[in-house]
Amino acid sequence: MEKMKVLAEWTYTPAPIERGYTRKTLYVNVGEPRMEIKDVSQDMIDTFTGGRGFDLKLLWDAVKDTTKWNDPENEIVLSGGPLCGITQYPGAGKCYAAFISPLSGQTYDSNSGGYWGPLSKFSGFDAVEIQGKAEKDIILFINGDEGKIQILESNLKDLNAYAVTETLHEYFGVDEADKRNISVISTGKAAETSYYGCMNMSFYDTRRKVARLKQAGRGGGGTIMRDKKIAAMVVKFSKMGGNLNNVVDLDTLQKVGVKLHKEIHDLDDVQCKMRKVGTAHLNEIMDEYHLLPTNNYKFGQNPAEIAKIHSAVYERLFTQGIPDGCWYGCSMSCAKAVDGFTVQTGPCKGEKVTVDGPEYETVAALGSNIGVYDPLWTIEANFYADHYGMDTISLGTAIAFVCECYELGLINKNDTNGLDLKFGNKDDIMELIHRMVAGKDEFASMVAKGIRYMKKAFAEKFKADARTMEAIGMEGQGVETSEYVPKESIAQWGGYYLTLKGPQHDEAWLIFMDMVNKQLPTFEDKAEALHYFPNFRTWFSLVGLCKLPWNDVEPANNRIVNEPREAAKVPEHVQNYVDIFNAVTGKGIRKEDIITMSEKVYNFQRVFQVRMKQGEAFHNIPLRALGPVFPDEWEARREYYDGKLREIGIDPSGLSTDEKIKKLQEYRLGMWEGLKMAVYKRRGWNKKGIPTLETLKRLGIDYPDVVAVVEKYSRPEDNFE
Amino acid sequence: MITVNGEPLDWKPGMTVQDVLDAKRYTFRMIGVWINDRPIPKNEFSTTEVPDGAVVQAVHMVSGG
Repeated sequence: MEKMKVLAEWTYTPAPIERGYTRKTLYVNVGEPRMEIKDVSQDMIDTFTGGRGFDLKLLWDAVKDTTKWNDPENEIVLSGGPLCGITQYPGAGKCYAAFISPLSGQTYDSNSGGYWGPLSKFSGFDAVEIQGKAEKDIILFINGDEGKIQILESNLKDLNAYAVTETLHEYFGVDEADKRNISVISTGKAAETSYYGCMNMSFYDTRRKVARLKQAGRGGGGTIMRDKKIAAMVVKFSKMGGNLNNVVDLDTLQKVGVKLHKEIHDLDDVQCKMRKVGTAHLNEIMDEYHLLPTNNYKFGQNPAEIAKIHSAVYERLFTQGIPDGCWYGCSMSCAKAVDGFTVQTGPCKGEKVTVDGPEYETVAALGSNIGVYDPLWTIEANFYADHYGMDTISLGTAIAFVCECYELGLINKNDTNGLDLKFGNKDDIMELIHRMVAGKDEFASMVAKGIRYMKKAFAEKFKADARTMEAIGMEGQGVETSEYVPKESIAQWGGYYLTLKGPQHDEAWLIFMDMVNKQLPTFEDKAEALHYFPNFRTWFSLVGLCKLPWNDVEPANNRIVNEPREAAKVPEHVQNYVDIFNAVTGKGIRKEDIITMSEKVYNFQRVFQVRMKQGEAFHNIPLRALGPVFPDEWEARREYYDGKLREIGIDPSGLSTDEKIKKLQEYRLGMWEGLKMAVYKRRGWNKKGIPTLETLKRLGIDYPDVVAVVEKYSRPEDNFE
Repeated sequence: MITVNGEPLDWKPGMTVQDVLDAKRYTFRMIGVWINDRPIPKNEFSTTEVPDGAVVQAVHMVSGG
């Protein structure tokens, strides 16, 4: 590739890292252009910890109450956190991105593996903040080796992810070995049309000799990249070492790390098999428990087809015997890939490529949920979603909605511009995905903007029935639901739809605890779980860790030494986190402090949502998430659902299926309201879901501008007694 | 009769922990079992008999995502 023109350049002296922090953040305005290095105060560390906490604090200061996703002041903020980049403990390469989302109009946080988080910190920055809009396609380059920031005029011919990433690893690497010192954030051409554009964060796989892609997929970060005319962001740092975080207690860090490495080595093959199939080990399990979304979440299993997408099938497709960690030292090694895959359609037809994934979510989203049980097709759809820059979860859930609308006759072949979008019609569905790229096909462009947009557009343009679409459109707060059927777990209604950012499973996954184990019998039990688990899981996003090593492997004696409810928290691993956090930072936290650290950011983010939605940050839930909507859903599990009516004192005999559905819906809507109030109360919020002043004070986040938002939108009558 | 996660299940003489899991179609690999609050090691699921009237907890650990 020809040398790219330098549009702006600044030099800096990379700050040394002490105890996991550089105490500096980088601000770049790609429009003006302007660069600034900001100091990180002790108060910022104490309150926001790092990672997503830093992202949100910087974003809060950058935007106005009225900022929309495509306003120049919206930012993409990226941060790893104090533990990000350690190599002794598995899963320490995570990077967290925050921005005002095109899907929801409020903050979204999304995370990814790959090398961006560690390399940007080693280059001198606890966070990187991107604002403004460029006039033409640019590449932001952070050169941590030379202390140089550049904005380059892109001369990339293909803006799709695999092409961008491969080209830029080649361009910025001086030789093959040097490619590993680079990480690229890319998106793709579909992100110019779609509201769910993803951000692909790369690492160079030295064994395969290809650049691999991990995704901060959700929420539309890639959409914002393209709106800012950013073709890619690149970081380079070559002086890799084992203690670049300059930790306080390397000995403890190593000891705790070795313990977990041994656990993974000894137990993974008999537990989750993450090293062989990654999260795809869940495929048949979710089907068995009626949790695998099938035909837009109508059903939770498909016994006739599940064998075709069984994890054993994927185990054969994934290349085995190559360590697949997405950061140094991750022996969990779950970043599975399909090598030598021959693409069958589209612009890459005939090429042999390496495809990252698919993970469980993609197997379901671009598989069972759209009626497709063909792993090779799903792998190809996964490839193109990443390449074109679209989140596989939103893409799959959006297409599932389209297929159901099509089969219900709410839209027709004329509306779809000739595509026959029945469930399982994979050729036409693939064609729909390809049409999303150019932005010229009006229907494909609607699908690319997500379910909330489609519900309105289909009603206006095609006169589709709004009430039906409201019932079956599986979105919350504008974001598509991820790939678990939540109908039969009241706690998971909250785990999905009482979240900060919409139905994404990274807050709380309570289905087994609630629906199968029956460990959460009361509203108070569910509310406690919906307080503890979201906050516990938030902590990973503050410090730069992956959640998977927490509970996708567990000590052999976890279920012997702990009582059942405690065992679910994997106490030994929680202690590991306390130990490694203290070993890096020297802070001396206790187990209980994990929750408090998270609560500060969790509540700050909730106030942020209230601010961006002018007090109307409501939690909605579609009827489909609460139970059956149509008779065929009921009839598929008639005995089960009739039993559910009997449990609440309703005799189903003599009732039509429609009447049964109506009665169960009425009951469950009441349960939803009850759950919502119990959760709000437990979290220290008022009846409208706004954190109270007492909560802000307790957590030490009663900054004047935060208090002002709460005071502006809170009314005395909304307080709990 | 025994209870499994709060629900009744017919008991049969000689019934093992593994039989209970099979009857409930609990196929998840990460399951902890307690019989009357006593934890049962996984390698003893096939050999441990469940007494009549037992309260069995078959706890599925969370994973994924």
